[in-house]
Amino acid sequence: MTSTETSAPQYPMQRSRPLDPPTELAEIRSERPVSRVTLWDGTQPWLVTRLEDARVVLGDRRFSADLRTPGFPMVLRAQQALRRPDDVVPFIRMDPPEHGVFRRMLTRDFMIKRVNALRPKIQEIVDGFLDEMLAKPAPADLVAEFALPVPSLVIALLLGVPYEDHGFFQSRSNVLLNLESTAEDVQGARAALDAYLGDLVDRRLREPGDDLISRLAVERLATGELSREQLVSMSFLLLIAGHETTANMTALSILSLLQNPDQLAVLRDDPTLIPGAVEELLRFHTIVHIGLPRVALEDVTFGDVTISAGEGVIVSLPAANRDEEQFADPDQLDVTREARRQIAFGFGVHQCLGQPLARAELQIAVETVLRRVPTLRLAVPTEEIPFRTAMAIYGVHQLPVTW
Amino acid sequence: MRVVVDSDKCCGSGQCVLTAPDVFDQRDEDGTVLLLDAEPPAELHEAVRQAVTLCPSSAISVVED
Ligand code: HEM
Ligand code: SF4
Repeated sequence: MTSTETSAPQYPMQRSRPLDPPTELAEIRSERPVSRVTLWDGTQPWLVTRLEDARVVLGDRRFSADLRTPGFPMVLRAQQALRRPDDVVPFIRMDPPEHGVFRRMLTRDFMIKRVNALRPKIQEIVDGFLDEMLAKPAPADLVAEFALPVPSLVIALLLGVPYEDHGFFQSRSNVLLNLESTAEDVQGARAALDAYLGDLVDRRLREPGDDLISRLAVERLATGELSREQLVSMSFLLLIAGHETTANMTALSILSLLQNPDQLAVLRDDPTLIPGAVEELLRFHTIVHIGLPRVALEDVTFGDVTISAGEGVIVSLPAANRDEEQFADPDQLDVTREARRQIAFGFGVHQCLGQPLARAELQIAVETVLRRVPTLRLAVPTEEIPFRTAMAIYGVHQLPVTW
Repeated sequence: MRVVVDSDKCCGSGQCVLTAPDVFDQRDEDGTVLLLDAEPPAELHEAVRQAVTLCPSSAISVVED
């Protein structure tokens, strides 16, 4: 970066209200929607805050998601420690055409009709964990008893990761997603998960099961299309991305509906509104709250601002999803709003691979909780709920509920 | 209205299938877009336009009559 601007605020910013993005983001969006921020390492990438601009950056080949491109912003201190050798970069940090080669090995497993076929199984899992929670005396922690186990079991079944190991992979993923973890912690957690998934890949290659890792081992590893390290890196991405995200969205969705009983009543009375409500909940909470990193490959102009080739860019999804030009009264949760333009899953070729699965899990979990536990309420005042302020995926650490 | 898809650009997000299931599906082999109806009836035009907007990888275009 050539010039240093003193007005570039420190990033990421702190929230002042737990369910709203930092207030500075709204100011930036209205006053200078594309402007510089300062990261922990002193670099000053551009922050993009409007929905239209976010769609351009994320959807345009003039911006790279490849962390090997010089100038790629390191938003988090621990990110460097997570970096893999150049030949095993996960596809979330690659550009086309390389990106598509890897993503297409997985897309059919997450396509709409595949996920729809899984719905009865997801319903069974949702009912199973809810039965267990309700069988115990109230209060309960909805995160530990329901919101986390549901997507963990679903992704474990899909990938063929033994669910009995969930304590192991959840504690490691907690370290990886903690913004305050040291480089050593992150490296240790990554090495442990890599070793675990490496063993699993070897085992599935010898004795394949009916799951995604087995299929990739047999169809891609054995044929030389994927190296063992690449398959481990891919499984790692799916395992982490596949459960923390949906878990936190589930807990936040229930929390915000309990805080808005009128909206909860609307959904309970008419469950056909649930899919639309889930879009609004995704928009409102935008749990990937730190921002997506990119780097410009060419000069690109937004209004009177030019982002030069080689400069880093951070797209703030929470800012874009509260853009008043796109959503009337954006800070208000409104489950009847038409919210499909939300970009909580990102935009462009990296838009969430697991979105059909996440939508199915959220729709089923929310519908089932509202229907089966009509007396559900918070067991503590809101001020006592521990929010995940220091985590890369926003949410709540615990959600004490009673019924 | 004529609908054109570019499956090379498609990243298999499924947004089009969610939005206009009578017009779009996904291929069993790799989850990329499969055009079911290149000249959809008028009542589906709005949904198709929405699919164009929601498609994350600009893989769908329409030629309006
Ligand atoms: C509510 C839940 C979820 C949210 C909000 C979410 C959000 C996101 C976002 C914002 C991205 C884009 C990252 C970028 O462009 O840099 C992404 C990518 C991704 N997500 Fe999700 N996700 C969720 C659930 C899932 C699930 C259940 C899976 C299942 C395996 C998953 C797997 C992935 C993968 C593999 C990518 C990388 C895609 C690529 O780079 O082509 N996600 N997700
Ligand atoms: S919306 Fe676009 S990227 Fe997604 S499946 Fe349809 S054509 Fe492909």
